[in-house]
Amino acid sequence: MSYPDKYEVVIGLEVHAQLSTESKLFCGDSTAYGAEPNHNISVITLAHPGTLPKLNEKALELAAKMGIACHCEISREMFFDRKNYFYPDLPKGYQITQDRTPICKGGYVPVKLENGEIHHIQLTKIHLEEDAGKSIHTEDAKDSLIDYNRAGMPLIEIVTEPVIHSSAEAARFLYEVRRLVRYLGVSDGNMEEGSFRCDANISLRLKGQKELGCKVEIKNLNSFKNVQRAIDFEIGRQSSMLDNQKEIIQETRNFDPQTGKTSGMRKKETLTDYRYFPDPDLSPVHLSEEWLNTIKADIEHIPWDMERELVEKYGLPEYDAGVICEDRQMTLYFSEVVNHTDNFKAVSNWIMGPVKGYLNDNKREITEFPLSAEKLAGLVRLVDDGGLSFSAASKHLFGPLVLNPEKDVKLLAEELDLIHDHDTLALEQIVSDVLSSHPKEAEQLRNGKKKLVGMFMGELMKRTKGKLNPKEAKELLMKELS
Amino acid sequence: MKVDKDTFDKIAHLSRLEFTGAEAEQMMEEMTRIISWVEKLRELDTEGVEPLVTMSHEINALREDKTASHLARDKALKNAPKSDGSFFRVPKVIE
Repeated sequence: MSYPDKYEVVIGLEVHAQLSTESKLFCGDSTAYGAEPNHNISVITLAHPGTLPKLNEKALELAAKMGIACHCEISREMFFDRKNYFYPDLPKGYQITQDRTPICKGGYVPVKLENGEIHHIQLTKIHLEEDAGKSIHTEDAKDSLIDYNRAGMPLIEIVTEPVIHSSAEAARFLYEVRRLVRYLGVSDGNMEEGSFRCDANISLRLKGQKELGCKVEIKNLNSFKNVQRAIDFEIGRQSSMLDNQKEIIQETRNFDPQTGKTSGMRKKETLTDYRYFPDPDLSPVHLSEEWLNTIKADIEHIPWDMERELVEKYGLPEYDAGVICEDRQMTLYFSEVVNHTDNFKAVSNWIMGPVKGYLNDNKREITEFPLSAEKLAGLVRLVDDGGLSFSAASKHLFGPLVLNPEKDVKLLAEELDLIHDHDTLALEQIVSDVLSSHPKEAEQLRNGKKKLVGMFMGELMKRTKGKLNPKEAKELLMKELS
Repeated sequence: MKVDKDTFDKIAHLSRLEFTGAEAEQMMEEMTRIISWVEKLRELDTEGVEPLVTMSHEINALREDKTASHLARDKALKNAPKSDGSFFRVPKVIE
């Protein structure tokens, strides 16, 4: 293989995220997903003569919020441009976008790679634009069917510099951006419904070469896995073309998830010239320092900051922090539980194990989880106090508690007869305590001084106030020593 | 500036318009006249003048994020050259 020894891949991504607004970018049509075809439309969406667009202030806020979170420079003065092209999914004959004055410039998204390294993926810009309608092409029909529900939906397009150098890094970047928009409430990030999708610009160049190779654009990738597959396919295709001295054509390609291959678009139209110019129908937008400060103040949680906090403040392993911080509500739940207990790692174990298991099995969100933070902390405490082991608690107590979330954790455990005075686990703990408080004698016993057994048994009797099964205690003692 | 045949053909293509030879001649002439008239503006010294983006002095004309009245589908489809009661139908746009 000529890759990766001979060539380096250069990837730039364009991510479209649909903003979480009630109404479209420039008019009052609903943004609700799943409506009947051509139900969320108005004269503005259909570009009837004499209609005028007016900017949705919430969309402006959400775009600015995203830019602030990505350390972008926020434009203080901007206008909208018309991107002109004729296509049936675009009734006006142009798309309203921001070409010359994007709301956000520069910035970066920190991406943690598999080896733990953090790369700052540089952004070119984030701009506001409207979505186009949906064309449906069926094999048998002579016509294409057009649904304008999606036309005019508010989008931000997040554009990276060509600084990504592997398909895994690209997928990780997308993961981070999606997590961020969801944390910020900027977009629901729903990839199945198309509210989060990605175009990838991919080119190869000889290692050490400065100039970029000829790039190919893959449109509308709608899952992390497909982004990775499409890039890997292109690396294979382009490297074998380069090896065979074939010319790579700059083109737009489609990815077929079924075959895992990319192919040239079947569009009839190839000549494009968007002839951007300022849209005279929309007023320029000026953003004040105060306005930006209110947006900034509204940003509560940035996922990578939260993740770092879980590691630094609560001492969680990075892996745990990554899993918990996948979802903002989960992170908030964790933060609430640790208000009631200091055993942070135990909380993480509960969340990553039984809690996530329950949510997956029942297809529920953490916000719908029956146990309050206090109750989960109760479980942690019960195990910490030696009443029963984590495995017994998760197997036998967690399920019944979820069904009776109002019940007292300890009472329920007692009702279920899960707690015993001489519970093996508790006794094990006492045995190991006794051994570690007499290290010299323990060492001698370990070396065969059998008569010390009596002394240890006496110590155990004392600590358990006589409530112990001598046979079991002796067994445990010998087990601990071996 | 004279609008030549190549420029004209490109603009016609981008606009999805077709012209007969005579129509094209007439259009080219008219476009050349329009361009020449607008070119007069080049004579002005615009050094240091910010490009004018809008004729209005209004800034921040924003609307609250609220849904407003929609257009009923049957009404919307009424003006379409072709529809099937649910969708607008257009000549197939892929091969």
